[in-house]
Amino acid sequence: MEQLVLLGDEAIAQAAIDAGVTGIYAYPGTPSTEITEYAERSGEAREGKIKACWCANEKTAMEAALGVSYAGRRGMVSMKHVGLNVAADPFINSAITGANGGLLVVSADDPSMHSSQNEQDSRYYGKFAMIPILEPGNQQEAYDMVHEGFALSERLHVPVLLRITTRLAHSRAVVKRHPAVTGQNPLQLPENPMQYILLPLSARKRYRELLGKQERIMREAEGSPYNRWIEGKDRSLGIIAAGIAYNYLMEHYEDRKCPYPVVKIGHYPMPRKLMEDLCVSCEQILVLEDGYPFIEELLRGYLDKGTKIRGRLDGSLPRDGELNPGVIARALGLPAHSGIPVPDMVVSRPPSLCKGCPHIYSYNALNEAMTSYTGGRVLSDIGCYSLGALSPYKAINTLVDMGSSITMAKGAADAGLIPAVAVIGDSTFIHSGITGLIDAVDHHAPVTVVILDNQTTAMTGGQPSPASSRIEQIVEGIGVEKEHIRVISPIPRKHEENVTIFSEELAYNGVSVIIPRRECIQTASRKLKQAKNQTGSGEEGT
Amino acid sequence: MKKDIVLAGVGGQGVLSISALIGLAAMKSGLCLKQAEVHGMSQRGGEVHSHLRIADAPIASDLIPEGKADLILSVEPMEGLRYLPMLSEKGWLVTNTQPFINISNYPDLDLILQEISRIPHHVAFNADEMAKETGSVRTMNTVMLGASIPFLNIPFEKFEDAITVFFESKGSEIIRMNLAALNKGRDFALKGLG
Repeated sequence: MEQLVLLGDEAIAQAAIDAGVTGIYAYPGTPSTEITEYAERSGEAREGKIKACWCANEKTAMEAALGVSYAGRRGMVSMKHVGLNVAADPFINSAITGANGGLLVVSADDPSMHSSQNEQDSRYYGKFAMIPILEPGNQQEAYDMVHEGFALSERLHVPVLLRITTRLAHSRAVVKRHPAVTGQNPLQLPENPMQYILLPLSARKRYRELLGKQERIMREAEGSPYNRWIEGKDRSLGIIAAGIAYNYLMEHYEDRKCPYPVVKIGHYPMPRKLMEDLCVSCEQILVLEDGYPFIEELLRGYLDKGTKIRGRLDGSLPRDGELNPGVIARALGLPAHSGIPVPDMVVSRPPSLCKGCPHIYSYNALNEAMTSYTGGRVLSDIGCYSLGALSPYKAINTLVDMGSSITMAKGAADAGLIPAVAVIGDSTFIHSGITGLIDAVDHHAPVTVVILDNQTTAMTGGQPSPASSRIEQIVEGIGVEKEHIRVISPIPRKHEENVTIFSEELAYNGVSVIIPRRECIQTASRKLKQAKNQTGSGEEGT
Repeated sequence: MKKDIVLAGVGGQGVLSISALIGLAAMKSGLCLKQAEVHGMSQRGGEVHSHLRIADAPIASDLIPEGKADLILSVEPMEGLRYLPMLSEKGWLVTNTQPFINISNYPDLDLILQEISRIPHHVAFNADEMAKETGSVRTMNTVMLGASIPFLNIPFEKFEDAITVFFESKGSEIIRMNLAALNKGRDFALKGLG
């Protein structure tokens, strides 16, 4: 069997291809981006045998995958954890419609918030939707679980959630491929023509069907090869290790033999029988799970009067942040090692806008124009330009969720903060800024919307942005007055001119849109390099 | 055999390429590997590191436990110091001394170099200067890769193979320069070890 060295993300994409997926959909978001990037580069996608597509946002991506499943074929959608908030409506309802072709939803959580605004745990969404959740512990399991996820989805006729975390998404290891499956499912519409019509009348039936499936969903988890009891003689402690936490535990035992019994969890709902056996036979239980104390809370219950449970809630492990071998050693009372302390002189090095980045010049002009007003007026959004919050720019005052700049600016203006400014990128504008701008135009809100058009989705590595170079047509179509749509060039030479334009539009008592347009310096130089390499004059190091 | 390596640098310096090259050489030697990388926001000029674990038996954790790293390989002097708690008692710090200054409060370089000189086992040199001798400063990462070789128990030819594969699409001149860089880095580290 072929072996490949793959990131967890890449293993998921390869597995989907090998499992006969028809469509893979996503909006880029760390740590999930490499799934669709890998699929996009595959021969299968290039030959048009599968669709691997970037979508406007996670909701449209989820719905496209649901459409593939409706048509009887296998669909996958991937996103970062907060993307599942955006896709929550179709996600929850896809459990009610159920799946026709296999439907796999991949959500990549980011404990420790390496590149995110929270560390929400997608397992709660899986439980909320009442569907099975798979959580791989290593790259091979990530690969295998995609195969199993599609099969499980087709056996139970429900979508399946595959939950990973940053560490697995972005760690490489050898993965063995399965023999190729026999192609994609044929096009086949659902037998029940009412299955996907969630009118109350039929939705009630569908919901009862989902409730009726819960016992089978539990049975599948109880029989799952991903939920295992690993024997240990010392019953003073029983350990539950979910997903990647199992590896951190085993790191401490060179022969990979833990003295305590361990239940490894990779398939939810948690297998009741294994849990019960462990709780009955051990004096205490230690729960190791990355993310929220999901298993721990369920085991404790509201009254917490059963077996003594240790984990993130009693301080045995930190309440927040990613797990690692060290924190687990401490929870087990094992000696923890540490090398030389970090010398005091070492200072932190936060990320910053690249040299020559167009956003620098947009912020320089905006900051100068804003000196006429009191502070706190710039509501921003999620992307590279979020770094404008830091020195030396200190140009923005909020950063909450995708698309929140325009809507929050409108609310702030409604509350009397006039003018209010929204700063949003071209890709984020398409993701969820357009609807907010419609609200602002509808109510003639005194907001100045700055749409930074660097013609790519830069923060996640330069995926295409569907809005590039046609933002003015979109905003005009929404109803922004033509004389208040200003396209500017964010370069040092145009600074004075740009400050004037910002000042004029800030003074306007209605919706204006300023579009600073210049390509991202990263994608631009990459293109330049490629062109050079093609002519054979490139000079390249590692 | 088990080697745990922390690679350190600044986003954009190419830490991931070094990691990929060592990974490739390890693979070609039939070893197991796990390689945890940092993608995303910090790649924009922030501090980045990668955990690379190679062994002749399956590896459990993707992350190296604190105090267990055999080697910190840093392409930037202050960044190497940041991960000292990861280093084992017998571990080595192999670092470039050329600073990458993109923050206003970068400490005095002399103080950093003094601190490095106090680490019990270290190899420190200006890899940017050495790279220039090969014809391009951009081979700095390959120089550093070369300097790590004496600590890794992987045959030198495997690294040469890895370089050849990695730069295949860039042409023979680029491969030649990087092979020269690899040799220079290795020779310097060997000399440092006596």
